[in-house]
Amino acid sequence: MTHSPLTPGIVSGRLPADRIAGNFADHTPPLDGHEAHVAADRCYFCHDAPCITACPTAIDIPLFIRQIATGTPEAAATTIWTQNILGGMCARVCPTETLCEEACVREAAEGKPVEIGRLQRFATDVAMARGLHPFTRAPRTGKTVAVVGAGPAGLACAHRLAMHGHDVVIYERRAKAGGLNEYGIASYKSTGGFAQKEVDWLLQIGGITVQTGVELGRDVTLDGLLERHDAVFLGIGLGGVNALRAAGEEKTGVANAVDFIAELRQSTDLTTLPVGRDVVVIGGGMTAVDAAVQSKLLGAENVTIVYRRGQEKMSASGYEQEHATASGVRIICNAAPVAVHGNGAVREVEFAYMADTEAGLVPTGETFRLKADQVFKAIGQTLTGVPDGAAVAGGKITGLPARVWAGGDCTAGGEDLTVTAVAQGRDAALAIHAHLSEA
Amino acid sequence: MADLATDFIGIKSPNPFWLASAPPTDKEYNVRRAFEAGWGGVVWKTLGAEGPPVVNVNGPRYGAIWGADRRLLGLNNIELITDRPLEVNLREIKSVKRDYKDRALIISLMVPCDEESWKDILHRIEDTEADGVELNFGCPHGMAERGMGSAVGQVPEYIEMVTRWVKTHSRMPCIVKLTPNISDIRKPAEAAKRGGADAVSLINTINSITSVNLDSFSPEPMIDGKGTHGGYCGPAVKPIALNMVAEIARSAETRGLPISGIGGVTTWRDAAEFMALGAGNVQVCTAAMTYGFKIVQEMISGLSQYMDEKGFASTADLVGRAVPNVTDWQYLNLNYVTKAQINQDDCIKCGRCYAACEDTSHQAIAMKPGRVFEVIEEECVACNLCVNVCPVENCITMVELPKGAVDPRTGATVGDYANWTAHPNNPSVQAAE
Repeated sequence: MTHSPLTPGIVSGRLPADRIAGNFADHTPPLDGHEAHVAADRCYFCHDAPCITACPTAIDIPLFIRQIATGTPEAAATTIWTQNILGGMCARVCPTETLCEEACVREAAEGKPVEIGRLQRFATDVAMARGLHPFTRAPRTGKTVAVVGAGPAGLACAHRLAMHGHDVVIYERRAKAGGLNEYGIASYKSTGGFAQKEVDWLLQIGGITVQTGVELGRDVTLDGLLERHDAVFLGIGLGGVNALRAAGEEKTGVANAVDFIAELRQSTDLTTLPVGRDVVVIGGGMTAVDAAVQSKLLGAENVTIVYRRGQEKMSASGYEQEHATASGVRIICNAAPVAVHGNGAVREVEFAYMADTEAGLVPTGETFRLKADQVFKAIGQTLTGVPDGAAVAGGKITGLPARVWAGGDCTAGGEDLTVTAVAQGRDAALAIHAHLSEA
Repeated sequence: MADLATDFIGIKSPNPFWLASAPPTDKEYNVRRAFEAGWGGVVWKTLGAEGPPVVNVNGPRYGAIWGADRRLLGLNNIELITDRPLEVNLREIKSVKRDYKDRALIISLMVPCDEESWKDILHRIEDTEADGVELNFGCPHGMAERGMGSAVGQVPEYIEMVTRWVKTHSRMPCIVKLTPNISDIRKPAEAAKRGGADAVSLINTINSITSVNLDSFSPEPMIDGKGTHGGYCGPAVKPIALNMVAEIARSAETRGLPISGIGGVTTWRDAAEFMALGAGNVQVCTAAMTYGFKIVQEMISGLSQYMDEKGFASTADLVGRAVPNVTDWQYLNLNYVTKAQINQDDCIKCGRCYAACEDTSHQAIAMKPGRVFEVIEEECVACNLCVNVCPVENCITMVELPKGAVDPRTGATVGDYANWTAHPNNPSVQAAE
């Protein structure tokens, strides 16, 4: 090892390989069979269960847990996948503490919900390890649908369309399918190349062709797709990143958190991935937490998340915030960046303390500076590459031409969650199927 | 502090917790360790007649039922009586008794159903200075097919006959252990009493198959692909045992006959329940086989604390205290009217009460917006199912309607005690008129 956490600048190899490997191992280890049995026994099998209501994909959680409890995790997986074809990834990345597990009656009773996420992972892992794909295609309809974007929304849409017998072509601008599952999630949440395994598993349904390296607007147009296909689904996500709008933003060392996360996910050797000694992450969401925690895990000495509003307004859940602070990340709230200082490369970031008033955020007049050799912007992503004919309002697609549907982060209500994207993709597929069945 | 010492048919022990005749009491090593752990008495594992000992299977002897976290709920066994030579057992019993004079040591016996065999074994054990004998008329497997164990216990005439032989040829206190594998437990108890038994102990194990292997299709426990019924015991059998103890305690024919209560006693609370239903002491096996001898410490401290809290000076104050409250259905008060009441502060909104009532009972719980569950008193028959399925203790309670109140379900006014024997719908009442 040539470097340490104290080495100035942006360098790789701050920690020995074994520590890096340990840091990026499975964040929440899978349950073994007995643990799953015990965890499943805690489920009360509620009537009209609140956890189902809280799940954007409405998985029948009490049923799948009972199926685990009775020794049939394969049946449990079928129950999960019937509602959410990416149930394996959602089991890993869903903020269950604000969804199903928050609604669990045992959370109300004891402050300790049934471990729904981990049980879902147990079931889907067991079934995938056995090579089960419990869905078959209906007879081919002869209809074809273009799906733009191979993220969670597009994949869920494509699978459901394929089940109904339609032929699907997915157009993906990146080199791999998976979208944020592949490029946008902290490594320790999805280890062992799970995102690609899940895509491969999903494609077993048949009838789906994936064309990577094809970008809407550059390589294909919406009109062109509509000429070749009976319907189009847009699951294009959010391609852009908000600017800091602070002086010096262009200095070396300032980067987008999403690019750092993607680079980290695609890295085959994390000991070669450089990271700063003093890392500042600006933002308050899951992306900020993922970038900050992973910087720390790579060996950065000081990592600070700075968020312009109060902590209660951070979109990262309390669980995520705790995970960050437990990993050694400092969280500063009520401060907004005003300038990035440094001679060519970033050296310091200057912040102004903010008051959250009825008139909006107002600087208090007090400022401070944080030492930084690396700055990650995580203040939200923006919609880009919207095709002609689509209406946009509030940064989301709100209107579409005939024979075009959309879902996921590019549409309203996306909530920046994999599980919501899956629900919207699945439901769009049902709408498309209904339309194609009429024609 | 309450005195846990008991005098059961003249056999004294420092507490009412005895180890039942079973694998834990098969040899000196175990019994000495049990006494060191604090057990008040031991019923030595059943001795057979002189001659080559019985043999056991060499595969699994036990099968089990578990809760989700492998908590043992029920155990079954296909082990036979002691498979060690008679002389070895007798020598060890004598040795243990010499060193633990304050503890009860009972010898369980099972020999062929002829007077000579019983006379002989009783003669042989005389020298051990054991405190009494227990006649094993209960084991449902292996020995029954040879005309012993439950084969005797299922025929009251045999029980009476053998008990009489024992009382004729021995001055030792005699406990008759009863099998639950019969239709009316009072009949064998009456037979034991007629034969001169000083006490009965019950229940022995229940005929059972614990499970079936769904791959090999063999019953468990499995021996080379086959299985046989074994004796079921442990927490799962306690309700059956409690009822049988109560039946004997309250029957006019057997009232006052001392009872040693057996069947799933796992905690001090279980023991106290058996004693309240008339058992002078209890015998324990499965709990010791699951957790080891140390559990007796919890039983002693728990029963002692309970008795102190209740102001019971000795176990005699507890024994039989619930017996007068065990009655027949026809004497239950039909004017005791209760309604389920859900404490909204305690409710965690799982809806199990609703599902149970709506799907399987009387549609007497309403599900209101916000997952608020409320009892519809016009429909509630007070069946208690909602209480039983509610995961929160005391969240749903049964509230008694006071006398003079109108039951919104029937429109009838709650009156004084009245039971089925005088109810107008009772055909025998009409016949009498």
